[in-house]
Parts: sequence; C-alpha cells; structure tokens
Amino acid sequence: MISGTAVYVLWLREMKRFLRAKSRVVGALAMPLFFLAFLGMGFNRMAVPGMGGGVRYIQFLVPGILGMSLLFSSTMAGLSVLWDREFGFLKEIMVAPVSRVSIVVGRIAGGTTTALIQSVLILGISFGLGFKIINPIKFLLGLLFMFMIAVTFIGFGLIFASKMRVMQGFAIVMNFVIFPLFFLSGALYPLENLPRAVRILGYADPLTYGIDGLRGTLAGVSSFPIALDLGLMAGFSIVMIVLGAYFFEKSESV
Amino acid sequence: MTQDAIRVENLTKKFEDVTAVDGVSFGVPSGELFGLLGPNGAGKTTIINMLSTLLAPTSGRAEVAGFDIAASKDDVRRSIGIVFQEPALESKLTGRENLEFHAMMYGIGKAERRARMAEVLDLVELSDKAGTLVEKYSGGMKRRLEIARGLMHRPQVLFLDEPTLGLDAQTRRHIWDYIRKLNKEGGVTIILTTHYMEEADYLCGRTAIIDHGKFVALDTPDKLKDILGGDVVSLEIEGDPSRLLEALERTAWVKTSKLHDGVLSLTMEKGERRIPELINKAQALGLTVACVNLHKPSLEDVFIHFTGRTIRDKEGGVEERNRMIMRSHGRGPRGGRS
Repeated sequence: MISGTAVYVLWLREMKRFLRAKSRVVGALAMPLFFLAFLGMGFNRMAVPGMGGGVRYIQFLVPGILGMSLLFSSTMAGLSVLWDREFGFLKEIMVAPVSRVSIVVGRIAGGTTTALIQSVLILGISFGLGFKIINPIKFLLGLLFMFMIAVTFIGFGLIFASKMRVMQGFAIVMNFVIFPLFFLSGALYPLENLPRAVRILGYADPLTYGIDGLRGTLAGVSSFPIALDLGLMAGFSIVMIVLGAYFFEKSESV
Repeated sequence: MTQDAIRVENLTKKFEDVTAVDGVSFGVPSGELFGLLGPNGAGKTTIINMLSTLLAPTSGRAEVAGFDIAASKDDVRRSIGIVFQEPALESKLTGRENLEFHAMMYGIGKAERRARMAEVLDLVELSDKAGTLVEKYSGGMKRRLEIARGLMHRPQVLFLDEPTLGLDAQTRRHIWDYIRKLNKEGGVTIILTTHYMEEADYLCGRTAIIDHGKFVALDTPDKLKDILGGDVVSLEIEGDPSRLLEALERTAWVKTSKLHDGVLSLTMEKGERRIPELINKAQALGLTVACVNLHKPSLEDVFIHFTGRTIRDKEGGVEERNRMIMRSHGRGPRGGRS
C-alpha cells in the first residue's frame, strides 16, 4: 500500500523547498527566539508560581517555546496542502499512481523533519541563554515528544486544509485556533494559575501534554507524570493522523 | 488493437445546482487526436478532471485505456499523462528535479529515468535550462516542461488542457508541431481541449463542440465546416444588381444567393475558382464589380452555427459578418477575426 519511493520523493521535495527558502526558515525561527529572549530576560528573576521553588523561568520557558515552534511549523506543514492546491502542484501529486496513504505519509515525513530541525536549532540557541538539559537519556525521550507534537499538528493542519477552499480561511485558523491552542497549553505559565473554566479547556489541548512532557524530559519539571503525557500524546498523534489522512483522501484536489 | 482509448457513457457532473457536464457520451479510438472545443466554462476541464480521476462523476461511467475511472483509478493513472490548464509545477525545484519527482512518483528506475529525462528535455528544447529553478521560467518554458513531464512515463493517452493558453504565436506554433509529432510518430492518443478554433482546426482529427456541458456536434473539422454549405462570396456591385441576382439564381453551382444593401452574398463550393466567372457574368450584364470578398467557413462559424444564440439572432452568421466587414472596408474576413 505504501510506496517507499513516493514517500521519499515527497519528503525530498519538502527538504529542498525548506533549504531553498532561507527567508522562510529565518521567519519561522524569529518569533520563538524573540519570545525566548525577551520573556526569558523579562521574567528572569521571578519564581514560577505553582512550580515549587527554585525553577528558573528559562528552564520553564524553553520547552514551552519549543512546543510553540512545533505547533506553528507543523500546522503550517499540514496547511501547505492549500498552497499546493492554489499553485496547482497538488494535481500533479494526485494524478500519480500512488496510494493516497503514501501521499499523506510523505507529507508527514517532510513536515516532521522540518519542524524538528527548527526545534533543534531553537534548543541550540537556548543553551546560550542559560537553558540546561537535566539528563541526556531523557533528552531522547524529549525528541520523541517533539516528534509526536509535530505529527499531531500536521494531521490537524491536514484536516483544516481539506475543509477550507480559500486561502483567507488561513488567517482565521491562525487567529482563532492556533493562538488559543498556544495560550491554553501552558507554554508560558503553569495552567494551574488559570481560572478553573479556562484550565479545563487547557486540559483538552493536546499541546498541553506535549509541552508538559518536554518539560519533564528536558527540564525536569512537570505537572503530570511523564508516562501520562507520553500515552496521551501517542493517542493524539494516531487519532490526528488517521483523521487527517481520512479528510485529505475525501477532499477533492481541483 | 482497435480497442478504444476512451469510452464515455452518459458522463455527468453536477456542482451543487450547476450541471457542468450533462450526459456526455463519446468514444476515442487509439491513436486519434481528439479535440474538445468550447467556450470557457463549457465543461471541458471538468471532463478532463473526471477522466484523469481527479473528480468523481455524479453519474455515468467512463473507461480510459480499458480501465474504469471509478473502479481502477491507479490503472487509469498509470496509463495517462496530463498537461493541466494552469501550471502544476513546483517552482522551488529545477526543471530536472520536477521531472525526477514525476518519474519517481511513477516508479521509473534510476537509469531509465536519466535516459528519459534527457530525451524529453531534448524534445522540448529545455536541456540547457534543466538546472534552473522553475520560478525563473517563462510561461512558454513552463508549458514545454509540463508537456515533457506528461511524456516521461510514456502514457497511452495524453490529456492536454488548453495547451497553448496565453502563449505567444511563435511558441504556440512550436507546441502545435510537438503535439502533431507526438500523435503521428509516437502513436499517443491525445485529447486536447481548447477554445481556440484555429487550434482545433489545425490539430484535431475529430473535434467535439461543447456548450453548457453538452456535445452539440462531433466530427472532423472539414465535415463540420461542410454543414455550413461551402464558401461565402460577397460581391459589391455598382448599379442595380437585381438582374445579376436573377441570373445567379438560375446558376446550378450557386447554392444560395441574397441581396442586402447592394451587396450580393452567395454560397458555393470552391468559391475562389468561381470568382472570375462571377465577374464575367456581371460584366456581361453591363455591371461593374466594385469589391469581392471570399470567406472560407472556419470552425468559429460552425461554432456560431451551433451555439451562438446571441450572434445567430441576426440571420445567417457568415453572410452577416461578411457584409459587416465589407461595409466597414476592413481587411479580409480571415484577418478581421476578433
């Protein structure tokens, strides 16, 4: 069912696009880095409320910003189907004699790789800002969390791309879906500080568990047990990918 | 081997309340260059999209290269090449990379891929530009690259959706020559959509005229033009032409004759051979011919004949147009096309 060559060539195309669009890479890195630099400096002296004593804000913030970068770049990767439809290349992909599953897997592979590259770059820079990893073995588990966040939100982007016809819908998704997901995830502050009603919304946000898992594995502080984060994220990844593939298959390419 | 490349039965596509394609049936034998001629929005692209598995038909069925478009999508996809109306290229890849992407999607092995890429790039004369990013290509180069790509996997059936839309005259002529060569030498069955009459006339073996999602006529361009009853010769006479009209009405090879505003409109076969004779007849009656105009019917006239409600409400499309041209002292009818 899945053609390895098709997945590879779709992945390769994403890689070439990524490497050739330097301004896009810089743009995608700029926002998380500004957040990291200014929030990190601005709140540097404050103790993180609800996180016990002794946790520096930068330790708390970096996993949150990694989650934010993954959220944005992965959703964009899923939504890029819209660009392909707009510029016609989707038709070239869709008339090819390869299974639709291969096309979805190829896109996920490409999107995940670019999202992870960006996260690793941000992580590298955050070391310069004083961020410290607690344990190299747990760091590998952190990479798994990054992967699962990417997969979840690519599936999420695919669902939106399949349901939207016009590019204008893109701005609506950004403002009314992506930003709320970001703020409800506890990327910048512990969810425990939010009012109860809002907190419940936060608990329904997959990114909450992704970022909590990253915090637990990279910085050693987390609100939930890492196993719980891991299980939930695995579930979200699978559900979102299956839904994304389903909607993509159903949508028409012209 | 006389199997039809395309067989379409009652194909229909509805978009909400609009019927884009309305119960179309036709067959295309292998090796034919078949045209779908119609105005924008007539349903040509929708037919192509259904035959290439991009759109599911609302009802009816079709076979491409012997495979059902609904049941055997992958077999259909393997058998066809398609050049879309709007470029479907990845602009961040080079020409060669676009071809390579295509070849890999179609499962063509590395050695074979290299050979075919060189071959098709040579065919469309893009070998020296193959390493350039497609975003730097001109419209004509993109089109040629798309044609090259459509040929990479040696399709049995090639769909060309408005292949020369928006191209300059020279590039268009160039692409016409490729298309002909492909069909004649390569034996590829080609389905071409166009709203350029001269393109269908020049290229197609048979052409269907499509309007509002329905076929209104289907035949070779020559036979379609024959429907109009031959050439139209218009004569502007100094003096009273009524005696000439009487004489011509008794002439066997004049099929129809009409007099409007001092201009005689006659239909006949091989009009260019009859003009000297007409002038002699006029002179024999003591009349001087001030102006002669010969109009060979084009597919455009056929099109007007079948579909042109707004144009046909004035009587007799060709004669009307010819008189208009003569009155305005414009150029000949071929040059006076808008």
